[in-house]
Amino acid sequence: MSVAAVVMMVIAMVTVWGGLIAAIVNLARHPEVADAEPEPPTEL
Amino acid sequence: MSTGTTQTSKREAFGSRNVFILSAIGSAVGLGNIWRFPYVAYEGGGGAFLIPYLCALLTAGIPLLFFDYAIGHRYRGSAPLAFRRLHRSAEAIGWWQVLICVVIAVYYAVIIAWAAMYTWFSAQLAWGPGNENDFFFGDFLRSADVSEVGVSTEFVPQVGIPLALVWLVVIVIMGLGVKRGIGRANTILMPLLTVMFAILVVQSLFLPGALDGLDAFFAPNWQALADPGVWASAYGHIFFSLSVAFGIMVTYSSYLKRKTDLTGSGLVVAFANSGFEILAGIGVFAALGFMAQAQGAEVSGVASSGIGLAFVAFPTIVSQATGGSIIGVLFFGALVFAGVTSLISILEVIVAALQDKLGWGRVRTTLTVSIPLAVISMALFSTTTALSVLDTTDAFVNAFGIMAVALVAVIVVAWLLHRLPALAEHLNRRSSFGVGRIWMVLAGALAPVVLGYLFVSEIIAKTSEPYGGYPGWFLGVFGWGMVIALVVFGVLLSLLPWGARSHARDDEEYDEFLVAEHYPADRDTGTSAVPVVAQGRDVTQKGEGA
Repeated sequence: MSVAAVVMMVIAMVTVWGGLIAAIVNLARHPEVADAEPEPPTEL
Repeated sequence: MSTGTTQTSKREAFGSRNVFILSAIGSAVGLGNIWRFPYVAYEGGGGAFLIPYLCALLTAGIPLLFFDYAIGHRYRGSAPLAFRRLHRSAEAIGWWQVLICVVIAVYYAVIIAWAAMYTWFSAQLAWGPGNENDFFFGDFLRSADVSEVGVSTEFVPQVGIPLALVWLVVIVIMGLGVKRGIGRANTILMPLLTVMFAILVVQSLFLPGALDGLDAFFAPNWQALADPGVWASAYGHIFFSLSVAFGIMVTYSSYLKRKTDLTGSGLVVAFANSGFEILAGIGVFAALGFMAQAQGAEVSGVASSGIGLAFVAFPTIVSQATGGSIIGVLFFGALVFAGVTSLISILEVIVAALQDKLGWGRVRTTLTVSIPLAVISMALFSTTTALSVLDTTDAFVNAFGIMAVALVAVIVVAWLLHRLPALAEHLNRRSSFGVGRIWMVLAGALAPVVLGYLFVSEIIAKTSEPYGGYPGWFLGVFGWGMVIALVVFGVLLSLLPWGARSHARDDEEYDEFLVAEHYPADRDTGTSAVPVVAQGRDVTQKGEGA
């Protein structure tokens, strides 16, 4: 493989798979909220 | 306008956010990722194609994905109902999308049937080395020329029987419902698909000549970036690859719980889809590099896409490689799994629409939808002219179905109904990745410009010469006639009234959703606890965005 091809392969992997990992990490930091979870009290 | 009837079944839902994400990835990752992307990228400048590809993903693919999620989740219905709730006049867009899915489902199933047979053939090299091309078109498909025989009714059992089995499997999955059927199928098939494909890629990389293939795939041709056609093909590819704008993502996101991080989930889906494409590109070109070396040819001489890549080039590789049978079983098995998870998402658009329209239960709707589709699919695609019909309907429904409906949908929602600010507000209510003016510009301005350009170039291409050299009557029926019929019937279906049992009129959960989210009441549903004054009032975007 030529140097240019290797460089582009690495960039493709880093951007796309890195993007996937970043998206998963972001989502994991925002866990699912249950629908039934009570709203914070606004009155009383 | 039922007030006391509470026996309507609860709207189905995915078991969890992760199941939704897996199902949305299952829908997006289809045959195109495996057999289309590698060649599109190779032709579009190899490594240099990454630039237009990422641009297209970030500026059109992801914004349109969010657009679909916002509509499905905010209006909580199948495509026709969601668009109807958005605005009465937009309902036809939803039906048009449903009909597009009808056409795609009918031919998509037969490709899965071919791949299933080839999984079996690979194990025993049934085609006979050196005979791959003749075996596929002659022995297996028994292809006949439509200009000589017309649309054939001659049954080809080696295609028809597996096709019937494919329909049986998907009917069972669909009948089990969103959680137990679609959700569970994706939870099993998607990890399996990933593992199988990863093994395939690793095995391909050890074939002699694999690195030459990767060199051909990744070596950048920077001149390609000056060609507007390459940019157009990147946008076109991303658009088809993500399964946006034909009802699937609207339907799937309507099954999400109220408090769901929509944009955060969408980013995972979009990058997982692209991640799979890169993996497929590596696997396919490593294998093509081996094939070129074995034949003493250049990679450019063996590179291909679509049916030719899957059913001619890959069997050749399977014949020539040591351990080829394993490569074949993994490759065709992956096609089957990727295809099934996409097919069920396409069928769900239709099933969900009918469930909403008629207020029927899951099993009854599934059977009413799937059995006629299976019959049409068998009638058209288990005969000797299947390939010509498939090729034509696929080309036309992509260009003048999916692309056209996407163009119409963004123009109507963004420019005629001015709903993008309200949709952005809905996305931002619970999402980890905020959207704002940039998203509105991308979805409302850039997307229609790009889609319009692609649409016009398709019209020019398909009118300048007869597509595929097929006879005029044939293109008139399965090409132009079919795509025009989709629009006409879409409009007609939108004129049919919604009965009292339909989910447009009777949907308590939607009313509860509106109350919980402080949205104004829906003008159609009558079960709402909100003041009666709100009924009958036209819901404008002013009230919604506030």
